[in-house]
Amino acid sequence: MTNLSILVIFPLLTTFAILFCRNVTQIKWTALIGSLLQLTIASLLMYSYYGERSAGNTAQMLFEARYSWYSAMNIEYYVGVDGISVIMIMLTAFVVTCGILISWKIETLTKEFFFLLLLLSVGAYGFFISLDLFTLFFFLELAVIPKFLLIAIWGSGKKEYSAMKLALMLMGGSALVLIGLLATYFNTDTGGGVHTWDLLKIAHMHIPYETQLFIFPFLFVGFGVFTALFPFHTWVPDGHSSAPTAASMFLAGISMKLGGYGCLRVATYLMPEAAQHYSWIIVLLATIAIIYGAFATLMQKDLKYINAYSSVSHCGFILLGIGMLTKTALIGAVMQMVSHGLMTALFFGAIGMIYERTHTRQIKELGGLLKTIPFLSSVFIIAGLCSLGLPGFSGFVSEMVVFVGAWQQPDAFHRIATILAAASIVVTAVYILRAAGSAIMGPIKNEHFNHLKDATWNEKMASVLLIFAILSIGLAPFWLINIISPDTQIIMENIARGAIGN
Amino acid sequence: MNEIGLTHILFLSAILFFIGVYGFLTRRNMVTMLMSIELILNSVNINFVAFNKYLHAGKLDGTFFTIFIITIAAAEAAVAIAIIIHLYRSSKSIDVNDADLMKF
Amino acid sequence: MSNYTIALIPLIPLATFVVLGLFGRKYLSAFAGIIGTISLLISTIISLVTAYQYFFISGKINGIYQPIIALKYSWLQFTPSVSIDMGIMLDPIAMMMIVVVTFVSLMVHIFSLGYMKGEERFATYYAFLSLFTFSMLGLVLSSNIFQIYMFWELVGVSSFLLIGYYFDKPSAVAASKKAFIVTRFADLGFLIGILILAYSAETLDFGTLIARLTDASSPYFVNAAGASFIGISALTWGLVLVFLGGAGKSAMFPFHIWLPDAMEGPTPVSALIHAATMVVAGVFLVARLFPIFAFDAAALTVVTYVGAFSALFAAIIACTQTDIKRVLAYSTMSQIGYMMFSLGVAKHGGEGGLGYMAAMFHLFTHAFFKSLLFLGAGAVIHLVHSNEMKDMGGLRKLMPITHITFLIACLAIAGIPPFAGFFSKEEILLAAFHSNKMVFFVALFTSGLTAFYMFRLYFSIFWSKESHVHENGHGEGTLSMKIPLIILAVLAVFAGFFPIASLVTSDGLALETHIDYLFSLTPVALAITGILLASSLYKSENTKPQNIATTLGGLYTAAHKKFYMDELYLFITQKVIFNLIGKPAAWFDKNIVDGLMNLFADTTAQISDNMKGLQSGKLQQYASYFFVGVLGFMLLFIYLWN
Repeated sequence: MTNLSILVIFPLLTTFAILFCRNVTQIKWTALIGSLLQLTIASLLMYSYYGERSAGNTAQMLFEARYSWYSAMNIEYYVGVDGISVIMIMLTAFVVTCGILISWKIETLTKEFFFLLLLLSVGAYGFFISLDLFTLFFFLELAVIPKFLLIAIWGSGKKEYSAMKLALMLMGGSALVLIGLLATYFNTDTGGGVHTWDLLKIAHMHIPYETQLFIFPFLFVGFGVFTALFPFHTWVPDGHSSAPTAASMFLAGISMKLGGYGCLRVATYLMPEAAQHYSWIIVLLATIAIIYGAFATLMQKDLKYINAYSSVSHCGFILLGIGMLTKTALIGAVMQMVSHGLMTALFFGAIGMIYERTHTRQIKELGGLLKTIPFLSSVFIIAGLCSLGLPGFSGFVSEMVVFVGAWQQPDAFHRIATILAAASIVVTAVYILRAAGSAIMGPIKNEHFNHLKDATWNEKMASVLLIFAILSIGLAPFWLINIISPDTQIIMENIARGAIGN
Repeated sequence: MNEIGLTHILFLSAILFFIGVYGFLTRRNMVTMLMSIELILNSVNINFVAFNKYLHAGKLDGTFFTIFIITIAAAEAAVAIAIIIHLYRSSKSIDVNDADLMKF
Repeated sequence: MSNYTIALIPLIPLATFVVLGLFGRKYLSAFAGIIGTISLLISTIISLVTAYQYFFISGKINGIYQPIIALKYSWLQFTPSVSIDMGIMLDPIAMMMIVVVTFVSLMVHIFSLGYMKGEERFATYYAFLSLFTFSMLGLVLSSNIFQIYMFWELVGVSSFLLIGYYFDKPSAVAASKKAFIVTRFADLGFLIGILILAYSAETLDFGTLIARLTDASSPYFVNAAGASFIGISALTWGLVLVFLGGAGKSAMFPFHIWLPDAMEGPTPVSALIHAATMVVAGVFLVARLFPIFAFDAAALTVVTYVGAFSALFAAIIACTQTDIKRVLAYSTMSQIGYMMFSLGVAKHGGEGGLGYMAAMFHLFTHAFFKSLLFLGAGAVIHLVHSNEMKDMGGLRKLMPITHITFLIACLAIAGIPPFAGFFSKEEILLAAFHSNKMVFFVALFTSGLTAFYMFRLYFSIFWSKESHVHENGHGEGTLSMKIPLIILAVLAVFAGFFPIASLVTSDGLALETHIDYLFSLTPVALAITGILLASSLYKSENTKPQNIATTLGGLYTAAHKKFYMDELYLFITQKVIFNLIGKPAAWFDKNIVDGLMNLFADTTAQISDNMKGLQSGKLQQYASYFFVGVLGFMLLFIYLWN
């Protein structure tokens, strides 16, 4: 398993296979088998990555492959993975598989739905393996457009508005990214005035300080839009709440992580000096997002809005970790990406499954579900407990790593930001328990809730897969840290080098 | 001033051209508009012939182009009249302002 | 006993939780209780053996009890020196705690066999009990301050799950939420305290942490004691914040408000979690970090006064409550207050360590008689189907065993010799007497109050009016409910003779203690006065209590309303946080931030709307644009070309 391109090609083949299916059953099974194979490929990739690393391979990127794509612009199809990408690929595989399992009951335009969903996964995989900035951007765009259709066609509520809002804001973000990338490209020089898109080469070049200061905001804000950087987060609540369940899962689980990954891998890694220069703004915005997202969640009445706003708050931890610029905090940021991806996918999955049965997401109208659909209610509670950072689940680990990393910055500003961010876990507990207390526990509010059917096999499988992943991080975080620690080390070294060069 | 020079001919063609443009912009009847286009084309033809005679007397380029234009004008008239007939069939009108479906 | 066997003590309940949680509901519903009880029995036996070995065979080195790290796995490495380890640390307090936790938990498991019989979610109940036992054992065995924090959260959530066990009762759901959120808020302090201490000492390991922060010459200590924020050193901040977490779990003022409400849970749960084990976690935490606390007078003063105030405050409220479980809850809070200030007045090592020993001693004896009180109350509630005193009375004939055991427990908590509570309370009073007279008088007064309200409870349940409860078949309850009562009653009598003083002390050295009979005279006399007062007021039905309440007027009402603490919290959360922060935040997001985005989009749409008029579909209009454009270009070329 050394050919990374299979990660992109295989889902692509699956999408084509879906086009040739004749009926709904065929489509669903093709999609499911395809995604399960993705999961297998991702696991094999992780296994062989682990093998290579334990065999002492210390190259920064493994399994590299490089083909010229458009030589006039020096664009290459250049892929390779390090620990961070491997983890993100694993996350994508989990979320996509579970998304497909949960969408088993899609009745309208089934073929198109699964086609688009798998196309999204192509974009995500491509994004995470790309080492060429242009290829990276290409795949980023590929992961935006299908979302518009997914929300506008299969969504609920004011879906056209939300789809448009989401697509426009994400496109705006990627426009900023494109400007930043082009500016980066034209400021590179591999000798003889030849520019390059090669991420690793650029990282080892020294882009002048002034130029970095100019480019960094474009890249960071551009990627930041994806990961709900305050004040560009407003697509999150509307987009998530209108999206069909699988799209919500994908959106919150992976799409928001594309931004975090970009902020880390492109903006911070390539522009270390600018990252230091602007870090206080990042910390400030992240802290605002965390606190303010949490308080805004308190007031929400719709389960999906609750989770969407809490995603704003939780994604703030990713940005906070990046902004703190300590190795531990960066590890925490990566862990939070993975953890939040899994946890929020589970949460949206649970909400979607409950909605499918009760036809309401208003917490006032729900109640007593634990009695009638115990499995789904337990899944909801588990997702909630993970969200509020209970030890044993992944949320706790990643948040604590961010806090400990953030605390390593000894000045008062960073301390206060950390304390405020930590205070948000209390607010999180309030809104999660409020939602669980009135929607899941309490007396049964509606006669027809008595006749609800509990989870079907596919829903059980999806929930168990995600819970398994969450627990495996929450109970044994050391393997995750071992994988990502060397790579955050490299990013930190670049930052440290920048500090000296400055 | 007894010989007719290039200027005279160009002046004539300019008048013809502007008459054509005026007709094209103001008349509502599509057939009349088509006729105005013919005027414009013919003013260009006159220009070609005149330049050919006065500036490149030994060559035939201008004449060739004139013949091209006449041919194209004929084809264009055929197509345009076909369009007009179709429009008339569908909307019982050859007023150009009634054919404004291609808007926002 | 090998180190791996010790790990079984928490792991067996964990395994039980997993098995019952996954399969209990469907397949094991009938056997869940038996499975839970037997596995806990194994755990209890192992912990008793471990404690025996530690105390009497392996624990002492040169006559001093040493902490032994039995197991240690690196779980989460932050930096080379700072890591969360999963470990097991054996030391006197941990040993005492595992015995208390497993034993009381076992009693509760047995009691629940009868009490919870026929419940729909019987297996889930036992699964949660096992989860709690696992977490609590993990907490007391922790070798790392972050590990303790993790288990701290886990006991919090098991408490949440168990309080909310009757989840279709809105009051139970509200109580469970309240318990979790209040303790979570306090845990925030704990977390930040950990961060401060860990940052100062560059370690999370208890042993290293204590060693580094109690050595006045170490750079870590100098660093921690030197750095200050608003005039208070980082060390004090760290300790006070950690204590805040402990105060939350131990229901100290002002975080006590969750404890009375937590009585919504099944009564055996209250006995286990909210009387004997989880609520003393705060005391345990302070004791665990006691060497550092002892080094910082300011933090210890906070502990003392919070403890003393809570003891008195809760005792006053307890005198006016009518729900028997709430009376017991406030009495728990009061007794924990005793333990807290006892720690607060202690010093590290030697004679000064009396307070520390006394706190641990009281924790030990309190666990038995308080869980006995709760289980007894549970048996009463099982019969009467009500928590209110007015529905009870004259039950002594209907339930003789409960009556006798309850009486024993009341005598124990009132501090009547030779019952267990007497000894431990004596030590606490003695420690307070030697170091802080004010606290001593508060404690003395509180002990009188304790006797009064406990016997008010006792007389109201078992004497007062004639019983009007009809014999409804199950009488006093099953055998499985009686056995734990008897066992605990025996312990409530004899636990005071247990040689805690020579086993659990602040420095590992045995402490010489002796009962000073002259000194004991006052508290015992006070306690007897309290009992006599209670008997005159409540032994038979009369109007005297009502008259007194009327005479006291506002004071009585205030105490009955728990000094309006709930209302205050409700005001802060509902009015201040929800209305002044939450609503504006949501409004701001919807109207300002999102409004700005929408404005952006709307402006774009408006502009394009205005521009679309150009695209009229009128052929001649287009042609004139074209013509004007060509003319324009022509002019441009002619005049600007050169």
